[in-house]
Amino acid sequence: MSEIPGDLKFLKSHEWARVEDDGLVRVGISDHAQGQLGDLVYVELPEVGSAVKAGTGAAVVESVKAASDIYAPVSGEVVEVNELLNDKPEIINEDAFGDGWIFLVRPSDRAELDELLDANDYEALVENEDH
Amino acid sequence: MTDKTVLNATHRSLGARMVDFGGWDMPINYGSQIEEHHAVRRDAGMFDVSHMTVIDLHGARSREFLRHLLANSIDKLKVHGKALYSCMLNEQGGVIDDLIVYYLGEEFFRLVVNAGTRAKDLAWIESQAKAFDVQVKERPEFAMIAVQGPNARTKVLGLLHEVDRPRIEKLGKFAAAAAQGPHGMPLFVARTGYTGEDGFEIIVPGEHAVVLWEALVAAGVTPAGLGARDTLRLEAGMNLYGQDMDESVLPWEANLGWTIALDEGRAFIGRIALEQQKAAGVPRVMVGLVLDDKGVLRHGQKVLTANGEGEILSGSFAPTLNKAVAFARIPAGEPGEVRVDIRGREVPVRLVKYPFVRDGKPCEGI
Repeated sequence: MSEIPGDLKFLKSHEWARVEDDGLVRVGISDHAQGQLGDLVYVELPEVGSAVKAGTGAAVVESVKAASDIYAPVSGEVVEVNELLNDKPEIINEDAFGDGWIFLVRPSDRAELDELLDANDYEALVENEDH
Repeated sequence: MTDKTVLNATHRSLGARMVDFGGWDMPINYGSQIEEHHAVRRDAGMFDVSHMTVIDLHGARSREFLRHLLANSIDKLKVHGKALYSCMLNEQGGVIDDLIVYYLGEEFFRLVVNAGTRAKDLAWIESQAKAFDVQVKERPEFAMIAVQGPNARTKVLGLLHEVDRPRIEKLGKFAAAAAQGPHGMPLFVARTGYTGEDGFEIIVPGEHAVVLWEALVAAGVTPAGLGARDTLRLEAGMNLYGQDMDESVLPWEANLGWTIALDEGRAFIGRIALEQQKAAGVPRVMVGLVLDDKGVLRHGQKVLTANGEGEILSGSFAPTLNKAVAFARIPAGEPGEVRVDIRGREVPVRLVKYPFVRDGKPCEGI
């Protein structure tokens, strides 16, 4: 498994959030999650301009094996989606923490970020799951 | 407590992702399920299917017993080594399991049945065999490796003892024979499979399975997990027990009519129920679906037709086609425009004749 970048925050359901320099929050799924799902074949992206709510479904990723809801780590407005995933969902398998990001949110309540797990806590969670 | 095949450590050393499959700890993939799928369609791949149950039947009345037990006709097997696919039904005509039976001698037949139905199959077969004085012997000491793909036979042949090669090369489809593998290990080689590709399913004594697996890897055969096996068999139009049929389904409703032999005067288990349903009209049919839009058809999704609702049985993304396909069971009759409910969205799908893929290529109209 690839190293978990220290600047990411996580939901227990394996979504990551990265606060960009401009204050927007980029969202994806962890490398652990993509490994569990297997080869991704389809991503249902949210609409730009739509509102997402922390802890509720905002996107769907489908692997050969299963469909999985992607929860928004923070509430806010979707300002950009990763259109490349429409044709190449496998980017998430190849680079879950980087090029495989899913959507970008303008957060409405930055305090929600404090509710998320940090990289160390998330790593511990994943290790526990594996045993 | 999960069971392990003798190849368990081998899978783990190859980095396989392991899952519980009907009580067995089995590899779902070794990295990429889609790559493994393509390896089988384009070259050669192999699956550990040692979890499947091998049952040998011995006794003077074995053939007579199988006439009674199986919905297909054992009398189609006239040459030693030939194999037959059949359903085993209960009195109500429901499918207890599907299986392959090999004719190995007038007093010796071999059955290969599903892993998930092992206990009930053995109990059923044993209870039915008593009246025929047939001995039912499970063979858990065997491992089984399925080698499949356009280059699978050539790669296996290269590992066989020279004297066996010409004979195994000439082995017809759905036939089996004994041969010697690496270091003289005894193999039972069958030209059967569950992928829609040519190839062999090889039964090998468990103690030789790791050496055979490694020899196959060295011969250029790609290890493939049960994930790829599932998408390959779906594309090839083959049913999966428990998903496409079970004891609540009669073969007519599972596109298994071709395996039913209503031969004159043969009173096999379930025959009366089958004939009654056929006479009364089969209420549901199994069809193939293709989704041309993005998305994935999956087991349990609701299918909407002009005659009412049906449901998706097996459904998946099909790597050879790069779109989703499925089997569905829907009410009989002209279905009109068919739609599938995917997470609350009604998505139009096309009704097609399957298999979806044959000889590595999409079938016409898919």
